[in-house]
Amino acid sequence: MFPTDIRTRSPFAQGSYRVALLVALALWLLPLAAVMMTSVRGMADINAGNYWGLPSQWMLVENYTEVFRRTRMAQYLWNSVMITVPAMAGAVALSALAGYALAKYSFRGNLVVFAIFIAGNFVPFQILMIPVRDLTISTGLYDTIAGLVLFHIAFQTGFCTLFMRNFMMAVPDEIIESARMEGAGELRIFLTVVLPLLRPALAALAVLVFTFIWNDYFWALILVQSDTARPVTAGLAALSGQWISSWQLISAGSIVAALPPVFLFFLMQRHFIAGLTMGATKG
Amino acid sequence: MKTGRQYSLLAPALFLLPAAVMFIIYVLYPIVQSMSLSFYSWDGISPDKTFIGLDNYRELMDDERFWTSLFNNARWLVLFMLAPVFGLALALFLNQTVFGIRVIKSLFFFPFVISQVVVGLVFTWFYDPSFGLLNDILGFFGIRGINVLGDENLATYGIIAAGLWPQIAYCMILYLTGLNNLDQEQLEAARMDGAQKLTMLTRIVLPQLRPATFIAVVVTVIGSLRSFDLIATMTGGGPYGSTNVLAHFMYQQSIFSYRAGYGAAIAVVLFAIMMIYIAFFLWRMLRTEK
Repeated sequence: MFPTDIRTRSPFAQGSYRVALLVALALWLLPLAAVMMTSVRGMADINAGNYWGLPSQWMLVENYTEVFRRTRMAQYLWNSVMITVPAMAGAVALSALAGYALAKYSFRGNLVVFAIFIAGNFVPFQILMIPVRDLTISTGLYDTIAGLVLFHIAFQTGFCTLFMRNFMMAVPDEIIESARMEGAGELRIFLTVVLPLLRPALAALAVLVFTFIWNDYFWALILVQSDTARPVTAGLAALSGQWISSWQLISAGSIVAALPPVFLFFLMQRHFIAGLTMGATKG
Repeated sequence: MKTGRQYSLLAPALFLLPAAVMFIIYVLYPIVQSMSLSFYSWDGISPDKTFIGLDNYRELMDDERFWTSLFNNARWLVLFMLAPVFGLALALFLNQTVFGIRVIKSLFFFPFVISQVVVGLVFTWFYDPSFGLLNDILGFFGIRGINVLGDENLATYGIIAAGLWPQIAYCMILYLTGLNNLDQEQLEAARMDGAQKLTMLTRIVLPQLRPATFIAVVVTVIGSLRSFDLIATMTGGGPYGSTNVLAHFMYQQSIFSYRAGYGAAIAVVLFAIMMIYIAFFLWRMLRTEK
């Protein structure tokens, strides 16, 4: 272990370390704590400039219900779900297929195709912006949830294929070979032999992609303009422009928007980190 | 992989097909279209485009806003390199097994999970000249009236600091994973030899962390050049265009100024810069494949 295990040190060193941990954590999360505090304040505090002290009245329930009552936050959240879940499922499905083809079949151009998927995943969004917007308008999908879903599926396929292909490489060839010997078809082998082995990888990829898509702001700005299709990121940005002085509502809205990926992260932490750090230990 | 093939090549082709079709339609072909569009004058709406050759690029060379944006991209790129450094420091700090450390690690990772729009709002608050916490803290030291996001010279640094917050968290998690997989025997051997902490770090730990460093640097470079959300939510490129970067400048020109051709040229420049890093990454990655 590096650095040296603190438990081998003096009790004083151990105690200091714990204190240092908590202080560092408090500083690190200070901006976030401030938002949480603001989201439970009353208007009186905001007007009096009491932003950082204890709230003079606790308005937790009031502020959060107010967000849903006075704005279309509920609609934005629902839109985000309707965008994120199908896009996530689509990207994972397409890339599982593609990753399998790239990991377990040898054919000419295999590495080139793989390289193109990786490179595409890193390009700046702006090089795609105008043509994708035009395409979405001309297919009648501008300002619809479907328009965003299709784009996200396509774009996330780059990262997902890189991810799936690397995990599929670890599946032993012998398993696939013996299934072939028994006369199973290629699709059947993929579905019944390979996929079940990859459940952890699929889970890791799904939570990662969920977070990426949920947090997208740029494409929501480019492909959507009305509340009927706007996801929560773009909705929040629009709201913050409208209620310049109602900080308690904007902060409550921010917390609501941030909650689903945070919740998912804590629920699936191990998978999430395993996905994110793929390649950090070898290569 | 097998040499004596027992399957037809139809199977992999069909497996690849859906992903390839989507990727071609939404990623590869648009890149080509944007490149070609950069040679046209077009408002982004009307059916007619006028071919103007390299005029968009010539105009860029004389456009002060372009150079400001490019310079800001450079500042982002350089300062973002603090993320792997701080991320490593944080990982070394947290790599212990005391009670509750798992929860503490996840809380440190928190900023990465939150949308950048929320991060932008949070920091806009933090910097607010009338009630922001930063000014309360500075006021304690007798410094008053600093408006970070309203000051042409400070605003970009303020946004970069906000961007570093989640980026450090990301690098930290990469390094924590790397530290988890260190070769224990080598560490013990070095300890037996009485190696100093710093020597161990530079001679034994860092070389073993090289894969983590490589990924941390790549994602940080790409992240810095992609910066858009924070600028859009915190300053909208202002004051006076001083916080613009190419990604946001391109968006403004294409959507608000109706200059899609000019915007495409900006996008091509950004794409060319990023291709340098992408090519390097691919080269490194594919080298290990062979």
